[in-house]
Amino acid sequence: MSQTSRLPQGGRIDRARSLAFTFDGERLSGLGGDTLASALLANGRVLVGRSFKYHRPRGIVGLGAEEPNALVRLGSGAAAEPNARATCVELFDGLAAESQNRWPSLTSDLGAAAGLLAPILPAGFYYKTFMGPGAGAWRVYEWAIRRMAGLGRAPSGADPDRYEQRFAHCDLLVAGAGPAGLAAALAAGRSGARVILADMDREAGGHLLAEGDDLAVDGQPALGWAAAVAAELDGMPNVQRLCRTALAGLYDGNYLTAWEQVTDHLGPGRGGGLPRQRLWRIRARQAVLATGALERPLVFAGNDRPGVMLSGALRGYLHRYAVLAGRRVCLMTNNDSAYRTAIALQRAGASCILADLRSDGTPLAAAARAAGVEVLTGHAVTQAQGGMRVDRVRLRKMSESGGAMIGGLRKEAVDILAMSGGWGPNVALFSQARGRLHYDPALTAFRPAGGPQGLRCAGGADGATSLQAALDGGVAAGLAAAADCGFDAAPLPPLRAEEPDVPADGGAGRVRAVWIVPGEHPVGRGPKQFVDFQNDVTAGDLQLAEREGFSAVEHMKRYTTTGMATDQGKLSGMNALGILAEMRGTSVDAVGHTTFRPPYVPVTFGAMAGRRTGPLFDPLRRTPMQGWHERQGALLETVGQWQRPLCFPQALPDGKREDRAAATRREVLAVRHAAGLLDASTLGKIMVEGPDAATFLNRLYVNRFDSLKPGHCRYGLMLTENGTVLDDGVVARLDARRFHVTTTTGGAAHVLDWMEELLQTEWPDLQAWCTSVTDHWAVATLSGPLSREILAPLTDIDLANAAFPFMTVREGLVCGAPARIFRVSFTGELSFEINLAARYGRALWDCLLAAGSDRGLVPFGTDAMHLLRAEKGFIMVGQESDGTTIPDDLGMAGMVKGDKGDFIGKRSLSRPDMLRGDRKQLVGLLTAEPRTVLREGAQIVAPDAPDPRPGQKVPMLGHVTSSYFSPTLNRSIALALVKGGRARIGEAVKVPVMGGPPVAASIAPPIFHDDKGAAARG
Amino acid sequence: MFLIDCPWCGTRPQSEFAAHGEAQVVRPADPAAASDAEWAAYLFLRDNPKGRLLERWVHRHGCRRWFTVARDTATDRIEAVYPPAGGPAGPPSGPAGGDR
Repeated sequence: MSQTSRLPQGGRIDRARSLAFTFDGERLSGLGGDTLASALLANGRVLVGRSFKYHRPRGIVGLGAEEPNALVRLGSGAAAEPNARATCVELFDGLAAESQNRWPSLTSDLGAAAGLLAPILPAGFYYKTFMGPGAGAWRVYEWAIRRMAGLGRAPSGADPDRYEQRFAHCDLLVAGAGPAGLAAALAAGRSGARVILADMDREAGGHLLAEGDDLAVDGQPALGWAAAVAAELDGMPNVQRLCRTALAGLYDGNYLTAWEQVTDHLGPGRGGGLPRQRLWRIRARQAVLATGALERPLVFAGNDRPGVMLSGALRGYLHRYAVLAGRRVCLMTNNDSAYRTAIALQRAGASCILADLRSDGTPLAAAARAAGVEVLTGHAVTQAQGGMRVDRVRLRKMSESGGAMIGGLRKEAVDILAMSGGWGPNVALFSQARGRLHYDPALTAFRPAGGPQGLRCAGGADGATSLQAALDGGVAAGLAAAADCGFDAAPLPPLRAEEPDVPADGGAGRVRAVWIVPGEHPVGRGPKQFVDFQNDVTAGDLQLAEREGFSAVEHMKRYTTTGMATDQGKLSGMNALGILAEMRGTSVDAVGHTTFRPPYVPVTFGAMAGRRTGPLFDPLRRTPMQGWHERQGALLETVGQWQRPLCFPQALPDGKREDRAAATRREVLAVRHAAGLLDASTLGKIMVEGPDAATFLNRLYVNRFDSLKPGHCRYGLMLTENGTVLDDGVVARLDARRFHVTTTTGGAAHVLDWMEELLQTEWPDLQAWCTSVTDHWAVATLSGPLSREILAPLTDIDLANAAFPFMTVREGLVCGAPARIFRVSFTGELSFEINLAARYGRALWDCLLAAGSDRGLVPFGTDAMHLLRAEKGFIMVGQESDGTTIPDDLGMAGMVKGDKGDFIGKRSLSRPDMLRGDRKQLVGLLTAEPRTVLREGAQIVAPDAPDPRPGQKVPMLGHVTSSYFSPTLNRSIALALVKGGRARIGEAVKVPVMGGPPVAASIAPPIFHDDKGAAARG
Repeated sequence: MFLIDCPWCGTRPQSEFAAHGEAQVVRPADPAAASDAEWAAYLFLRDNPKGRLLERWVHRHGCRRWFTVARDTATDRIEAVYPPAGGPAGPPSGPAGGDR
C-alpha cells in the first residue's frame, strides 16, 4: 500500500476496492470513489503538469471543475482524451493518465527554458515581436510558438466511442444538487412540477461532500439528509435526476445544453450498450441555478508552486477522500473559511500555521488555537518557495493598511500551502443568460442582481454563505418556480441547518479584499504572482496591459488572455478585476466584468456531434441511378447534398483505368460525335400551377411567360431585386395553368423559398402554387447527334424535327412508362431531357444504355457537361456570375423583356451602377499557346502591365471564370469577365501566374463551337 | 435559442424558423416611377434599432408560412407575433418599420 497520504479511516471511499492505474507509466493504486486527483494526492503526487507558456511545474489546486492545472491525457490511441481535469476524472481500474506539455518528462522538461526567457515574454509579446519580415512571417512564428506552447495534443484517429444526444422538456430545471439545489428540487417536485435536477458529481450533496460530518440538517448528518432527499426525488415520477451531468450552456428562453458523462467512469469498453457521453438539450420553463460558490486563490509570489492549493479543496480531499495532502501546512486567508480547514487538518494529524491577512482577527481564532493551529493575524505569506513542490514559505506581518510589510521575516518549512481569497458566487450560467451582476464588497465578488424571466439563483450562487441560507434560498426558489409554472406548492416545512463555526447570521466572516498580497518586491519585479494559472498570466502582465492602455476589462482580457483558457477564468476572473480596479484607482463595479460564455466546462466534440458523423453528418440525396454510378466506379463530386458523377473512367486494355482527364475527353467526344447520357435528376424541378401562374412567372423572370405557348419551353433568367442574376433554368408550359420549372441543382431550395416568399408577402392576391418535384422525376439527358435514332424505338412520341422541334416539351411513353421529354440542350447537341417517375429512373437508364450501346452511347458526368457547355459559351450561375452580375454582363440583355411590365430586379437594372460602361462582361479567352490552360479565378491584366510585386498595384481588367482544354477544338478555351470586354474582342491581354511567366491570351467571343446553334436544332 | 409562436403551428424553437429582416418594407407600387434614391432606400436602407423591431420570419422547417414578429433586439424577447396581411388579423402599422 503506497498511498502514503491516505488516512487510515474516514472518507467516502470504498477501501475494499483497490484500483490500479498509471500516471506517466508509473503503476499506482487508488480506491473506489477516488478521482484521479485524489488518488494522485493519496500517493503523495502533487506535481501533475507543466504550464502553458513558461512550462512551469504545476500541481493540483482545486477539487472540481475549477481546476486550472491538473490537465492530463487519458487513454491512448484514437480514444485518447487530452486536457481532462484530473479533479473530475473518476478513477477506474486500469486508468492510464499522462502529464502534458513536457518533454522528455515531467520533472526534467526542456521546454522549461521558456521560463528563463520569462522576463522577455510579457503580455502582448508575440504581437509586438513577431512582426516580420514579410506578411507571411507570422505563419512561421506561429508554427514554432504553437509547438512550444499549448496544452494537450488531440488524437488524430477517428473517435471509436459512441455519443448520443437527447432532447428534454421540463417545468423546472435545477442546476446543482447541493443543499440549495436539493431543497429547490424537493419543493418543486412535491408540487407535481416536472423537474430535472442535474449535477456534475456522481452523488448528490454538492459542497456537503467536501465537508466534515459536523454539519446537520433537521437533526441528521447533512449528507444523510442529502441522500434521503435524492432518494425521495428518485422516487417521484415527475422528477429526473441527472448525475455526472454538467450544464454547459444556458441560452435564451431557458434553453440549456447539458453534458452527461454516461460511462466514462467505467473505463473504455466497459459501458455495455450505453454511449460514452450524451449531450442534452433541455427546454425549461423555469430554471433555478444552485451552482454554488467558488473559492479564489490569492495572488502572491510563487503562488503557482506545486503544493499551493485552495483551502476548501484541501478540506475536501481530507473529508471526502481521507487524503491528508500535507503534514506541515501553512494557510493564508482573507476570510473565515480557512479556519475550518486548519482545524480539520490539525485534528487529522497535520501541524498548521494560519496566516490571516486581516489584522483584527476572528472569533474562530480561539477554536483554531485550541485545536493546536498557530494563528498569525495580520500576516501574509510573501513568497512560496520550492522547485517541483513548495517546501518553504516566507511570512511577514503586514502594516494595518495592508500596503507594506513590517516586522521580521519568518521562514517555515511546509509541504502544502493552502490559500483562500474568499468565495464568489458561481454565476457563469446566470451571466451566460444575460443575468445582471453587481459587485458586493462584503463578499468581494459579483453576485446576481436580477435575471431574465424564469431564472433564479439560490444558495452559494446567490451569495449565501451559510448552509441555513442555502437551504432557505433553495426552498424559496423551488416554490416560486413551481408557482410560476402554475403548481400549488404546499409550503415545505423550514429545513433547519446545524453548522458549527458559523455565526447564527451566516457569513464567512468579514472578507478583506487583498487583490495582490504585498511581497518583498514591487509587482512584476520579483517572483511571479500568478493570476491565471492555466494561461500563465501574472499580476505583472495585468499591470503592463493597463500601462499600455488596455485598461478596459474586455481589452485587458484579450491582451493578456486572462480567463480565456479552458477553465474560463473560474479562479482568475475576480482577482483580475480586483487588481485592475486597484490599478485604475476605481471601484470593481466601475471596472465591470467580462462576458461569461458557454460552455461552463469543456464539452467534447464527440458529444456535440452525437451520431452526426461520417455518412450521417449530412443527409445524402441519391438519384435513382446512383447505385449504377457507384458500381461503375464513377468519380463523384459533392453538389449540395447530392453526389454527382464527374466522369465514368473506363478500364484500359492494360488493366488500368482512365484518369479523369482522359475519361472526360472521351465522354465529350462521344457527345459531339455519337451520343452521351447524363443523369440530370438532381436538377431542381418546381411545378408552378394556378390561374395566375403565368402572371407570377412573368413577374419573377426577366422573360415573358404569358406568351409562351403550351408545349413550349423557354430558357428563363431570374434576378434578385438588386438586378443581379439569381438562378436560371428552362421553364416548360404544359398547359394554360401549369408550368414545369427547372432550376440549377444548387439553387432549387432557395428558388422555391423565394417563390413562396413572393407569393405570400408581395403578391398574396395571385393564385399560384409551387411544389417541389425535384425528387419525383428521374431525368436522363440523351445528348448527341445520334440521340434521336437511339430514342425513337423506345417511345411513342414522334421525334421528327417538325413534330417535336427544339425548345418544346412532349408527353408520352418512354420504355413503357409515362414520360415528359424536353427538347432543350445544355451541350449544344441534339438533346432530349427525359423525365420519368423516379421509380422508373434506373430502368430508363438501363434501357437507354442498352439501346444505344451499338451506336457509341456512353454515360457522361458533370466534367464533360461543364466542358460541353463552355465550348458553347453557356453560363453556369455561380461560375460565370457572382452576386454582382446582371444580364447585360452575360450578354443576355436581349432576353430581358422591358415591355411586359414590372418584374423582380427590373428597376435595379437602370440604376447608374448597372449602366456603367466598364462593367465586367462575359467574353472568351484564347491563350496564345493553345495547350496552356488558364487557372480559373486568375486575374487578367493589360499586356503591358508590370509584373505584380508586393506593394505595387496593377490594374486588373477581369478574371477567368471557366477554363478547360477543349477536346472538340483541340485547344484551351476559357470564359472570363472582363471590363468592357465585348468592345475588346481581338485585343491581347496577359494573365499573371504565381511562380511563373504570365500567359499571353486574346479576347474572343464567348462561343467556341457551333455559334449558330445548328446542332441543337437539327 | 428562443421560442417563437408560429401563428399556425404554435410554439416552436427558433431553429425551425428563418429571419428575413425588417418587416413592413413596402415595395414601391410602380418601381419604374421611383427615383434612384427611393429605389435604393427600398433595396438597402433598414432600421437597426436597439429595442423593438418588427421582423419578417418564416417557419421554414414547418408550415413554410411567413409572418411578422415584434422582437426586442436587445433582449431577444418576442413581444408579439402577427399573421401576415390578409390573415385573420393584419400586422399593426407599428412605429418600427414604417412605409418606405
